Amino acid sequence: MTSQRDWRGLLFVAPFLLLYSVILIFPLLRGLWLSLNQVDLFGHGHFVGAGNYAQLFQDPVFGTSLVNTFEVTLMIVPVLTVIALALALALNRASRSAAVFRGIFFSSAVLSVTIVTLIWRFMLAPDAGFLGYVAKAFGTEPLPFLSDQSLVLPALAITTIWWSVGFPMLLFLAGLQQIPADMYEAAALDNAGRWTTFWRITRPSLGRTLVLVVMLQTAAQLQLFGQSQLLTAGGPSGASRTAVLFLFETAFGRWELGYASAAAEVLFLLILAVTLTQYWATGRATAAGDGR
Amino acid sequence: MASLELKGIRKSFGATPVLGNVDLTLDAREFVAFLGPSGSGKSTLLRIIAGLETADAGEVWLEGRRIDPLPPGDRGVAMVFQHYALYPHMSVRENMAFGLRNARVPKDEIERRINDAARVLEIEPLLNRKPAEMSGGQRQRVAIGRALVKEPKLFLLDEPLSNLDAALRLRTRVELAQLKQRVEAAVIMVTHDQAEAMTLADRIVVMNDCKIQQVGPPMEIYTRPANAFVAQFVGSPAMTLAHAQMVGTGEYATLKLGDGTEIATRVGRDQLPQWANLRVGLRPEMVRVGGRGKGTAKAKAELVERLGERTLVYARLRDGQPITAEDEGDSRVKIGDEVSLKIDGAAAHVFDADGTGYHGAVA
Repeated sequence: MTSQRDWRGLLFVAPFLLLYSVILIFPLLRGLWLSLNQVDLFGHGHFVGAGNYAQLFQDPVFGTSLVNTFEVTLMIVPVLTVIALALALALNRASRSAAVFRGIFFSSAVLSVTIVTLIWRFMLAPDAGFLGYVAKAFGTEPLPFLSDQSLVLPALAITTIWWSVGFPMLLFLAGLQQIPADMYEAAALDNAGRWTTFWRITRPSLGRTLVLVVMLQTAAQLQLFGQSQLLTAGGPSGASRTAVLFLFETAFGRWELGYASAAAEVLFLLILAVTLTQYWATGRATAAGDGR
Repeated sequence: MASLELKGIRKSFGATPVLGNVDLTLDAREFVAFLGPSGSGKSTLLRIIAGLETADAGEVWLEGRRIDPLPPGDRGVAMVFQHYALYPHMSVRENMAFGLRNARVPKDEIERRINDAARVLEIEPLLNRKPAEMSGGQRQRVAIGRALVKEPKLFLLDEPLSNLDAALRLRTRVELAQLKQRVEAAVIMVTHDQAEAMTLADRIVVMNDCKIQQVGPPMEIYTRPANAFVAQFVGSPAMTLAHAQMVGTGEYATLKLGDGTEIATRVGRDQLPQWANLRVGLRPEMVRVGGRGKGTAKAKAELVERLGERTLVYARLRDGQPITAEDEGDSRVKIGDEVSLKIDGAAAHVFDADGTGYHGAVA
């Protein structure tokens, strides 16, 4: 009786389980298996065990791409979060103009990465770009954003921030609207100034949204790829090559699928580790902060 | 010395007027209730006093100082919000200290005031808890405590009991009454519950239609309602209002109801406008079931409410006029019964076409 009931129950979840296995579990395991083989698109390859991983850790190109990835993520996430929060605070009102500006600031988020990089290529090009004109108008030399090794990651970061600011702004706006109006009225009667009100009322109420935004953005920017490939193709001399771009070049440029899979597994574990650390740290901070 | 003075307060939201020319003066340490239905402007008036809303015109004075140009925090008022508005991420202690810290009150003084308030309100064991970890009644006490520690010149309570269940509401009502004896400040409470207003307030301000309808002590509001609105809004169940015509002669007016019943009131005949369309107002306790002779009416019971110590009979006179009467707790009246009603004319109220009330000398 019991086993029969179990089977019938399984029937209900079978469609989901099937899809889940085929499109998630299988590729995951297949990738793991690939990373243990030396394999290209045509041959079947052969098992090399941890060979790919050993080679990866000695590969300076992979190392540089990881450093680039973390650097650009560190440039993007804090600035993006602060700008998105500032925009949300400024635009959290019922006026018509605020609605228009909310639309404008969100609009960049619906563009494809191709268009975004095209726009920013025009903006950043030193001789004919908009920033070039601005620099010349102020009588200074335009900065060679896309050809200078030390400027190319900031250029990627600026492009990405411009592109991605809409969604976090929306999350913050949603968070702000959850805060009851009478809380601010109580604060006004409690003699709280603007800064005190923000720091003691708004910020703690937005805590969970802030954690969500930082975690989502960190995980997303550690996978930064399109901007780097389309804007600079990883150049100059690998200064803007990110980990996913390295993966892409290895897999679909040099056809070393096993090696690329190993790099993918390493990146996956790194992102997982970073996200879990953030989760753990903010969990401790909120536990200490509000005791709930 | 007057505590709060409102002079010619006007307010409208867009084209909708909310308050038209409100004047009011509170005595020192007076407990005043703003009583009125939803949309009567009572909450708006409270928010204008608190500084959360700006009046279109008029002045607000508190203990000789004009406060309407000041921000809410500088007015010397404290407010208890309907939904408490406690800061969810702060402990009870921090909630109470927040306003004092912003006002740069010395630390040991803050500590002293919090401990005093916590003792009075019996919330000492809760001081380190967060609002989410407390019941509705406990939050209510904390909200009162947060107002108390500010030692304001005026307390503003916005429907303070409306979020509590019936039993807790009664208990908190008693506690508010005790609290009123302790504080040095005046108190304004907004409510739509007349029992709260009657039991707690020194004076009631009845509001409706953007205006103050009547200001007075609870019993005066009940026994001498200024107009038909106040008469019907205060008192439960509501006063019966029946159209009537003046008949006969004599010092006092005698009024004849639609079914022919004559009621000998104690309202002076000369006081009443001669041609007006008059209505007579009868509280349920002035209309007793049973009795014979002059001033009795025949009616048919439509609904009988047994409340234990008394019974309410909702009936209709022969001309279709609804009337509410009272009977003993063990009344034997059933729905559909023909009953005779003895009307105490001496306590009857009379209202003219504008709704203005006239009352007998003894009432």
